[in-house]
This record gives sequence, structure tokens and C-alpha cells, in this order.
Amino acid sequence: MHLLEPRAQPSQLMRWTAPLIAIAATLLVGSLLFWALGKSPLESFHVFFVEPLTSGYGWSELLIKACPLILIAQGLAIGFKARIYNIGAEGQLIMGALFGGGIGIFYGDSGSAWVLPAMVVAGALGGALWGAIPALLKTRFNAEETLTTLMLTYIATFILSYLMHGAWRDPEGMNFPQSVMFADAALFGLLAEGFRINSSLWIVIFAVLAFWLFNARSFLAYRLEVGGQAPAAARYAGFPAKQTVWFSLVVSGMTAGLAGVGEIAGPVGQLNLNISPGYGFAAIIVAYLGRLHALGIVLAGTLMALIYLGGEAAQLSLQMPAAITGIFQGMLLFFLLGADAFIDNRLRRRAR
Amino acid sequence: MLDYLPLILAGTLAAATPLIFAGLGELVAERSGVINLGVEGMMLIGAIAGFAAAAETGHGAAIGLPAGALAGAAAAAVFGFFALSLAANQAACGLALTIFGIGLSAFIGQHYVSYSLPGLQPVVVPLLSDIPLLGPVLFKQDWVVYLSLAAFALVAWTLAKTRLGLLLKAVGEAPEAAHAIGYPVIAIRYGAVVFGGAMAGIAGAYLSTVYTPLWVQNMSAGRGWIAVALVVFATWKPTRLLLGAYLFGFVTILQFHAQGLGLQVPVQLLAALPYLATIVVLVLISRDRKLLQLNLPASLGKPFLP
Amino acid sequence: MHPTEPRLQLLHITKRYPSVVANDDVSLSVMPGEIHAILGENGAGKSTLMKIIYGAVKADAGEMLWNGQQVAIANPAQARKLGIGMVFQHFSLFETLTVVENIALVLDEPFDLAALALRVKEVSERYGLPLDPHRLVHSLSVGERQRVEIVRCLLQDPKLLILDEPTSVLTPQAVQKLFETLRRLAAEGVAILYISHKLHEIQSLCDSATIMRGGKVTGEAIPREETPATLARLMIGRELPVCEAPPYHGLVRPVLQVERLSLTSDDPFGTELKEVSLTVNAGEIVGIAGISGNGQAELLAALSGEATVDRETIWLDGEAVGHLDAGRRRDRGLVFVPEERLGRGAVPALSLARNALLTGHRQGMKHWGLVAFDKAQAFAEQCIARFDVRCGGPGAAARSLSGGNLQKFIVGREIMLAPKLMIVAQPTWGVDVGAAAFLRQTLLDLSRSGVAILVISEELEELFEISDRIAVLAAGRLSATQPRAQADAESVGLQMSGLFNEAETSNAPA
Repeated sequence: MHLLEPRAQPSQLMRWTAPLIAIAATLLVGSLLFWALGKSPLESFHVFFVEPLTSGYGWSELLIKACPLILIAQGLAIGFKARIYNIGAEGQLIMGALFGGGIGIFYGDSGSAWVLPAMVVAGALGGALWGAIPALLKTRFNAEETLTTLMLTYIATFILSYLMHGAWRDPEGMNFPQSVMFADAALFGLLAEGFRINSSLWIVIFAVLAFWLFNARSFLAYRLEVGGQAPAAARYAGFPAKQTVWFSLVVSGMTAGLAGVGEIAGPVGQLNLNISPGYGFAAIIVAYLGRLHALGIVLAGTLMALIYLGGEAAQLSLQMPAAITGIFQGMLLFFLLGADAFIDNRLRRRAR
Repeated sequence: MLDYLPLILAGTLAAATPLIFAGLGELVAERSGVINLGVEGMMLIGAIAGFAAAAETGHGAAIGLPAGALAGAAAAAVFGFFALSLAANQAACGLALTIFGIGLSAFIGQHYVSYSLPGLQPVVVPLLSDIPLLGPVLFKQDWVVYLSLAAFALVAWTLAKTRLGLLLKAVGEAPEAAHAIGYPVIAIRYGAVVFGGAMAGIAGAYLSTVYTPLWVQNMSAGRGWIAVALVVFATWKPTRLLLGAYLFGFVTILQFHAQGLGLQVPVQLLAALPYLATIVVLVLISRDRKLLQLNLPASLGKPFLP
Repeated sequence: MHPTEPRLQLLHITKRYPSVVANDDVSLSVMPGEIHAILGENGAGKSTLMKIIYGAVKADAGEMLWNGQQVAIANPAQARKLGIGMVFQHFSLFETLTVVENIALVLDEPFDLAALALRVKEVSERYGLPLDPHRLVHSLSVGERQRVEIVRCLLQDPKLLILDEPTSVLTPQAVQKLFETLRRLAAEGVAILYISHKLHEIQSLCDSATIMRGGKVTGEAIPREETPATLARLMIGRELPVCEAPPYHGLVRPVLQVERLSLTSDDPFGTELKEVSLTVNAGEIVGIAGISGNGQAELLAALSGEATVDRETIWLDGEAVGHLDAGRRRDRGLVFVPEERLGRGAVPALSLARNALLTGHRQGMKHWGLVAFDKAQAFAEQCIARFDVRCGGPGAAARSLSGGNLQKFIVGREIMLAPKLMIVAQPTWGVDVGAAAFLRQTLLDLSRSGVAILVISEELEELFEISDRIAVLAAGRLSATQPRAQADAESVGLQMSGLFNEAETSNAPA
């Protein structure tokens, strides 16, 4: 039952090929799944992974979906390095959307050039606040952040639902639980006519570069890494543990909040109950698949966006439930974790 | 108020039942040193498997529960392969299982969206059920509620009184030592994890075939996560887990009766109550570090490679 | 009884691991009633060999004969069935279980704790190893835990008893008691395999010895007919190195002063420190003897700043620092070498250059919050060269180094931070003899350059070799220090079991 034994040296080759192995294994099992459902695997993969990219519009959609995933994963990766497991980015995204969306609803009509920047700042603050609560609970009361971040996600969902059914509902929306459509002042400008990709892209590009610099060169990132890999060594060196918790959760909350604003002031254009198709959870996979590396996350986020697009396409052309996206995501994370086991270990050789 | 009490208490027992199953299963797994954050996923897989089996055979919970148990156990075995045989990060594997379970159950559930099942008639214990106030609460429940109490008794007895219970505790505390004196640590952990999966599967099947006998996507609605939190709240002790489950059952039921009790709180905020309560109990129990450390299985979450 | 057949015979045992050949063609035999030593340094392959006998590890090649019959031992349960008992170096006990529960887990018989408790009491008294069967293991002293392991073996009526470095956790007096028990068992016909690297113990206890080095058998001997020097040569391949302690001519001033330091441990299994007082002066090494678990971890945490205490309990170079965390104390000239090298003194998966950054970042390795990795690299290179660290260069991961070389790197890194005070825990634990001598000499030289050094160690011989003054920590209380010349193993050993008068608060420098 124990299949592994430790390697003398961790394998650098495995560290970087593990994501590729995981993707290959996911595709393999995925094609078995398609085959079992009576669909041709080749045709299915064409629908899933090729067709969405045959048009310029498809590429724009890919970017729209990749942006929030990449942004959130950058923040999560900081925490994961420090072994702070924020799994409630979805809730932080919602809170960011609510904070930003409130400004959009009530001040969007003013037409002021300050509306959108204010939404961005408010969204970052809202997400950061929702990340700060578990940080407080962990540093002050020792409560596990995995469970508290997740519970706060449910609570954020109910707050959103409360506002959408009540005070913030569009009075002319025929009782649908959604806000008014935002005015132009509360929306990111489109980058090109006929495509939905918008100027929030610049925020993401800036964030990727900032996180790349932070990870590669900053002493704080080094401290987070030490705290995650060897907490006793961090205490020994005198790196404050509480600061690590606060920083990880607030920063990841902030990026999730920003992603929330990106959604409502971008492709969604209003507040409603479906502002995120689980980006906050998928970003966890993106962070690991991208090896917690700023540029790796860009690649992984793009792939994950393609899985989302493919899921939508499969729904249209193959009459498959969109839930297939979740199956692919779960498999991808499983196989990645399995492949990662071979970085530090190798298959056990049976003694005679 | 008094009129509502039996109704609320009876509802509490039913609402607590899935938490008892899932919580006991996770408790056993964690005692052996494995934290499985995939309870939510296993519950959903159990729920759809149970629902499908019940709907296809027409035998209701009698076939739904075993089917849910099998499906949950199979899902746990997949988790075990990655987290035990390959010694991968347990928390991340559990998360993968939850994401996978949500997706898989929704995928299969697509076919069953418009189905509904008959549900279960309560088993009325003669005489006892006529006791005023408490009688209908305790002795007029469906058989799965009684089964949950039997499961509790079995787990509590095994952990406290048997060699197997001692062994689980030993493996969870010091797997190296258990390995050194010759116990198959990984096999024992597989057993605990698969048991946990079966219990989560039963919990899910109870939701879909008895509690609300129809299929709704994501119908466990975070109960799997609450069960994980309950195990911490219970400091890994079955009796405290049972009490915690009833506390949460009560909080869950309260929202349906709040209006009747004259509380003017919006439904959405009431619905958030169980999740808020989870945070509160976690904080209350976690702040006592010594208590937690004294009861925490020392190797919890740490992969073991012999 | 004149047995002719060896109880156990090993023929050409070989075991390879990915990075090392742990056993290379090892053969040995032990007769009933014989106490047979396996002598070798850390890393010589002794423990692996014993695990093979006990069925916990499978050999790649070789044969095993039990009373003349060939056997293949698949697992420890089978070994126990044959009559092989093992007392582990790092005990295989479960802290939160009681003594009798721990014992029940290895016995292959119906589960009846009440009946077993009676038998435990009876056997433990018969062999002079008193035990309360219902105590929780975490509340037992290290010596008592060892008794649990021995009684656990005795209950299985052993024919062969294996003890892996059993005395490393015992006071000198407790060692004598253990030897009495072992001699009695041998007289009853039990064969005993005694693993150790302590030459004088083996000479006083064992009838015969197999000496191992680097996984190979390098010799067999009758220990009583050898001298420590001849045994050492077989064990390490050359003479035992000795350290030199030159006199100190500099200014004597107190660098570390501790006054009435008390600390309740966060760890429910920890030990409370009770009014510890101590002074360490510039130019001297003060040694603290005692068995781990008597407050060593808590004292180290309080002194290093990993745990903070009342301000007015610890003074560093005249400044009250009790309330300052580890980083701030380091800013004031404290350095620390912890017992756990991997995971505390160094981050296992990070390179030596990045591990240099761990505490060396104060030496101008960061500007505006960004790291100057070239400086960390240069620091690591210098450390490797100056302290003879054998490794694959500054890019090598900390965990790829042997214990001795990693310890040299950590000690070197801390010395290069130009400290006023150095605290060192178990400086040579698990380190080969050559590296140990180098490390001890390095500490002596450092102290003579005017640095105050505090060494906490379980190895009495080591403390006698390098300390100027010695104190004993037992049950959270610290004895008064005495100059090395006035201390002897006997009296320090008694103090290790807690028999002493505590230090006066006016702990006058010697």
C-alpha cells in the first residue's frame, strides 16, 4: 500500500513536468469519460479545447475568464507558500463585488471619472476585510483558517442574496434578484469594438508583474516561504508568525475582491446572484498548477479559463451539463497532487 | 412558543442526523491521523448515488442509504490513494474531492432534476410516543434517526473499549511508533478513511432520500464542512460530537420557525446562522490551545511514508 | 547450560537505500546468555541492522539463522513471536495512552487491560523496574519510559533482546541499574544485542563486540581485552581526537544574566521552569547537563527569544531583554544553534545560500525590502570554506548534507554574525567523531576570543571536555554552577535526578 520511498534528492524535472503530467492524465481520463457517455473523445476534445479558440471573440472570452483566475491565484499563492490555506476566495470575491457594486449602483449615474477608481478601491477593501476576519480569528483565537474562510463564503453568499432580494434590487427588474445595470462610468472601458475584453486587463498585468517581483526578490516573500516550510525555523529566526497570517489573508482577500469588481464592472455589468462561476475555488487549482509562481499562474489560469469555455461549449454542442467543468477541475487537482508526490519520492523498489 | 417546541425539537433530531453520520465518520478518520476535507464532496456523491438507486429501484431509503454508503466509500478510497498511498497533501486532496464531488453529483443529477421520492414514514414506538411533549420528539422519527444513534453508540464503544479503538488512537498519535512495533499504518488509515466516506455517503443519501426527498444541485449546502468543524468542536470525542450535531440541528431548524416565533429577521440572514454558529464554536474551542493540543491526534494531516 | 548453537546468526546482510549502502555484507552471531555489543559511530548502519533483525526493514540480501534454523522475518509481529524483543532509541511509545495500553498494543493475546495491568506490575517488580500501569506515558520521565519498553519486551518472554543506544537518556546511576537488569537477563539465558558508541560502557557490560563503520564490519573483539584507544581505532579508523582549552586572558564581564526565570510551557506535555538563575561571562563556556525533557526546550526558547518572558528576567550585555523576541535579541548580539538542525536551524528544502539568509540577513543582505542574493551566496561560500563544510556548494539543499556538515554550516553561520553570546543545544548530537571534535574546538576557540557561550547537552563527557563551569537542569530547576575541576560525573549524575540545591540568585561568576 505504500507505493513510494524518498528520493535522495528532490527531482527538479518532476517539479516542472508534474503539471503537464496532470493535464495529460486529466485528458486521458476525460476521454474515457466521453467515450463511456457515447461521445467520440476526439470530437469532444475538439469542441472542448479547440473550437472556443477558433475566433477572435473566443480569445477575448478566454482572457475575460483568465483574468479573475490569474488575479485571485496570485494572491492565494502568497498564502499557500506560507501554508495559510485561504479556501474562501469565492466569498472575498463576492464581498469585493458588493463593496464596489454599492458604489456602482448609487454613484454610477453621477458620471464622474472617479466612480470606477472608487469601485476598484472599495472592492479591494471589501475583499481584504473578508480576508482580515479569518486572520483575526486565527491570530487571536487560533481558529483554523480553512474552515473560517469557507464559512465566510457561505455567509457572503447570503448577504449578497439578502441585498439582491431587498434594498439593492432593481426596482424595475420584475422582481429578479439583481441590481440595475451599471452606468458607463461604473464600467471598465472595452479595449476593442465587438469584444468584451476590457481595461481591467491592465490591472491584471500590473498585478502579475508586481507579484513576480515580490516573489522573486522580496525579503518578505522569503519570510513567508520559511514560515510555511519550517515554522520552527521562522520562530528561530525571529520572523513574526502573526504578520504572516495577516499579510497572506489580507492580500489574497484583496486580489479576490479586485477580481469581483472586475466581474461586475466588466462582463456582468451589474450585481446578481451569479457573479462568479466558482472562480474563487478554481483559482486554488490555478495557484498549485502554476507552481505558486507568478508566471506559471498566468499559464495555469489560461488553461483553467479554457476548461470553463470548453464546459460552456460542451453544454451547447454536446448537450452535456456544465458541471463537467467541476469534474475536470477536481481530476486536475487530484492528478497534480499525485504527480507532485514524485518530486520528493520515487516508486518503491521491492526488496527480495 | 410552547406549541412550536415539539415541532422544533423533532426537526432538530432530523436535521442533526446527517451531521451525526458525517461527523462520526470524519472523527474516526481524524483519530487515525487523516484529515479529509472532502466530506462535502463525499456527501454529495452519496446523495446522488442514493437518490439514483432509490429512484431507479423504487425502494427508497432502504436501497438509497446502502448505495450512498458504497459511493461515499469509493470516493474516500480515491482520496486514500492520493493522500495515503502517494502521501500527497491531505488538505488539498480533500479539496479536490469536494470540487470533484460537486461536479460529479451535478453531472449525474442532471437526469434526476424533476424526480421526487416518497420519503419515509416515522417509526412510532407504541406507548412511549404518547408521552406528552417529548414522546413525539423522541419516539416518532424515521428509522434513520434511530440508526444514527446506533452508529454513535457503536463508534463510541469501539473507540473507548476495544483494541481497534486503541490502535486507531495510536496510529493517529505516532505513526512511526506504530510502524516500528509492526502495525500496518497505511492500511489502518485506509480503513478509517473509507469508513468515514461510507458514513458521509449515508449522510448524503439521508438528505436526498429522506430529509428532502428530491435532488437539488449542491443540496448538502455546506453540511460536510460543518461536520468537519464539529469534529474540532467535539475535540475528537464522539459524545461531544453528538451534542454539537444537535446544537447545529437546532440552529438549522430555528430559521424555519423564526417567523412563527415572531422574529422579524430576513430569511437570507437567518439562513446564514448555521455558518456563523460554526465560526463561533470554532473560535470558542480553538482559543483554548492546551485543550486542543491535548486532544488533537498528534499526526493529524501529516503524510506518513514508512 | 552449554549451548552450542548461536541464538541468532546473520550472514552477509546487505541493505541499500537510494543515497547510501546502510549495511554491506554484515555477518555476526550471538549465543544464548551472551551480551554482544554492536559498536559504531552514528551512521555506521547499526540501527538499520537491528531493524532488519526485528523485521521492520527488509534486507536486500543475506541470511538469518535463528537457533540454527533459517528464518525470514517479515514483520515485527513475527519477530516477537520468535522471541525477539526490541528497546528502541527513540521510544516507540504513545504519549497519550497509559502504560498498560501501550503494552497491550504489542501483545498478541485477548484484550483485557485489567488482567494485563496486574501482570505488568508483577513483572516490573520482579526485575526491579517499578511502574504504575495506569499512568499516562507523557507524564513519565525518560528513564521510566525506557522501563515501559523493557517490561513490554519481558512480558513476551524474550530469547533475544535488542537495545538501541539505551543509555543516551539515562543518568550514570540509572545506567548502572540498567546494567544489573541486563546481566540478570543474560544469566537467565537471554541473548542481548547492545548497540552503542560509548566505549567504556561496552567495556564494562559486554562479553563480545562487533564493530561497524560505514555499513561494514571492521572487526570483532572481546571488549575487556581491548583499550578504548584500540576500540576507537576500529570504530573510526584512527585515534580519538582531543580538544585543547587554552586559558582566557581578556576582560571577564557578565554577558548573559538570568534571574529567577520562570516559565509555564505552552505544550501540555512540557516542563515548567522554576526560578532559573544563571550567569555566563565573556570568555567562558558554561555547560548545562541534564536529560532532555527536564525543561531544556523551555529554557532554550526563553533564552533565544522564541518564547518571550518578563523583561527583568534576562539581561544581555547589561540590557534587560526578556520581553524581546528572537529577532530583536539577535540584533543585540545573541546567536543560537538549536538541537533540531533540519526544520529549525535550517529550512530543509532551501539551499545553503538561502539558509544563510535566515539569520544572516542582518549582514547587509537586504536593501529596501529586496534581497541581495549575491551577498547571501558569498556569505554561504565563505562559511563553507572557513568551517570545512562538505557539500555540493552554496546551492545544495540543507537536507542533502550529513548531520555533521549541516551542524558545521549552522555553527559557522552563527559565528560569522560576530556574536557576543552564543547558545548551543546538543552541539554534536548525531555527528561523527571527527566533526564533533572540530565543533568542540571551534566553540572553545570562539569563547577564548571573548564570546560568552552556553552549551546545553545530554552528553556529560562532552560538557566535561569543553565547559569551564557546569550546572544541571532537572525537573525545570537549575543547580548552582560549579567549576569543571570540582565537578565529577558521580555528583553531576546525582543532580540529574533532581538532588541539588538551587542556584542562589547572586550567581557569582567563577
